Amino acid sequence: MSRLLDSSLYQLTSARFRLFLREPEALFWVFIFPILLAIGLGIAFRNRPADVLHVGATTRALTQALDSEKGLAAMTMDEAAGTHALATGNIELLAIQEPSGVAYKYDDTNPDARNARLLADQAIQRAAGQSEPVHVENALIHETGARYIDFVVPGLLGMNLMGSAIWGLGFSIVEARQKKLLKRFVASPMPRWQYLASFLLSRLVLLVIEVGVFLGFAKIAFGVPFRGSLWELGALCVLTSLAFSALGLLIASRAKTMEAASGLMNLVMLPMWILSGVFFSASRFPAVIQPIVRALPLTAAIDALRGNMLQGMHLSQMLAQIGILLLWLVLPFAISLRIFRWR
Amino acid sequence: MGTADPELSAPVNGRSQGRGVALSLASLRKVFGDVVAVDGIDLAVEEGECFGLLGPNGAGKTTTIEICEGLTSPDAGKVSLLGLSWESSANELRQRIGVQLQETQFPEKLTVTELVRLFRSFYRHGMSVEETIEMAQLEEKQHSRVGTLSGGQKQRLAMACALVGNPELLFLDEPTTGLDPQARRHLWELVDRLRDAGRTIILTTHYMDEAERLCDRVAIMDHGRIIALGTPQQLIASLGGDHIVEFAVTMGETEKENLNPELLTAIPGIQSHRVDAGLHQLSVDELHTTVPRIFSALAGMGLEPSEFRTHSATLEDVFVGLTGRNLRDE
Repeated sequence: MSRLLDSSLYQLTSARFRLFLREPEALFWVFIFPILLAIGLGIAFRNRPADVLHVGATTRALTQALDSEKGLAAMTMDEAAGTHALATGNIELLAIQEPSGVAYKYDDTNPDARNARLLADQAIQRAAGQSEPVHVENALIHETGARYIDFVVPGLLGMNLMGSAIWGLGFSIVEARQKKLLKRFVASPMPRWQYLASFLLSRLVLLVIEVGVFLGFAKIAFGVPFRGSLWELGALCVLTSLAFSALGLLIASRAKTMEAASGLMNLVMLPMWILSGVFFSASRFPAVIQPIVRALPLTAAIDALRGNMLQGMHLSQMLAQIGILLLWLVLPFAISLRIFRWR
Repeated sequence: MGTADPELSAPVNGRSQGRGVALSLASLRKVFGDVVAVDGIDLAVEEGECFGLLGPNGAGKTTTIEICEGLTSPDAGKVSLLGLSWESSANELRQRIGVQLQETQFPEKLTVTELVRLFRSFYRHGMSVEETIEMAQLEEKQHSRVGTLSGGQKQRLAMACALVGNPELLFLDEPTTGLDPQARRHLWELVDRLRDAGRTIILTTHYMDEAERLCDRVAIMDHGRIIALGTPQQLIASLGGDHIVEFAVTMGETEKENLNPELLTAIPGIQSHRVDAGLHQLSVDELHTTVPRIFSALAGMGLEPSEFRTHSATLEDVFVGLTGRNLRDE
């Protein structure tokens, strides 16, 4: 066997890696769940083609005039059938030809019906020869990068990096402490820093898979844009994951039971789930709490990820976020090394 | 070396090579809150010796052994292992000792080989993974996950992890607690082989039979102190009799007055008498001459035994004789 394979750092890291892969629940939360969430959100917030409003008309000429409007689909029907169709919601509006002109029958409390009224009137007036006094042009926006799914994918990525780092480290360490395995390790000549480093290393290996699977899915299924450098995106993911690993280590540094650790983790993560702009922009929170929101590691991480993916920003343009993440990496790590309970 | 108390380091059982002191403790003391866990212990264990710390739960055995293992630091006193101290040579010592702790639960989803290989990677020198697994008789289970092992197999795995660095000094903390009788015997055979190979072993136990079976010398601990020290044979001999006679009499108030312990201890061959929960215990040299005398003495007092039995004296009797309590009661 080679020296590398026999080294304790390699052995500790591969043991961590094996333990993770042999835990089906962990696999689900890290790999499957973010994809399911992205699918769900992608479906819920998909950009639908502009709706076509169904309308009815009492004469053929009227139906033709209405059909010339793209936003309307018209059918010819007599007034009784039309009234019934209105009542059952099959059409939004009924245009009735009267000797003096045209009468519109619709529910003015229904926004769709009001739209139908505007479009129908325009179409009928135009058919009657009215011309537009002012010329207008429509510039339509259906560009990728401005959709909700584009906004939410970097948010989910940040949330996933946080969850897998904090849960991955926190639970494993506290479990090892509770089962007296930590104590057994410190009774052996195992270098203690290697034990902690093995978590970070196995995290980095998993990170490649985790981020690759999730972003690959987002690219293929939703065509989410990657406007920034992929290397820089990778670097941001590593920095984010390390910062949350340090936080996970801090959470796990004293807790003696899984219950205590679990409570602490929720206490740490819950504010970030809410405040850090995973699902909507963090700038919606009042100005008073903005300094707190901005100082949270998840806010910094998601801002940086969105900057890279959506706006094609460079690392040099997000120094504030990188600084915040570095601070969250160094401080918790330094503190937890001091207060870590090995037995 | 040779600084140890001559009485403590006397050659024992012909097994000890007398090569030197593997472990010495001087005036060791450890207090947790207001509980004095270790209350002034002096001890020297020779190289090649299998030494037992014996006592009820809470006697301070585990605290003592964890101080020796460098897991707990003493409040006062000196610890020296293999001529080194924890303050100056912790890393060196961890390379040279092997430790099996109480209640370690290894990761259930690693296999036996993976776990032993992990522990092997911590040591500069040691045995091969295969050799260690063979020594712990886990060959058949080497590819099984830890979670599928029986209690005895898990304990042998803990031994394998303690042995894989080929330690000069092996610490076993209650190695057979919670095992069924067959698994215990299996583990004893493993300890036997290690001892016969000349390894120094220090183990704690609250099983008297285990200490008698495995240990060259035994220290009996109670309330953080060593109350007796010697070979199991020496300790049993200190009772003054090789056999224990136990009897009970159905007694009313008059019989109680009739039973005069002095009449019993006056019988030649009876060394001591004590009463525990209505059961009278006598230590006796020679059963065949003494037992008839006990019966006639009881008859003379107008009493008839409702129970009467004898057994060879054990370390259990030594503990009872020293503390007035049964180990099992704790």
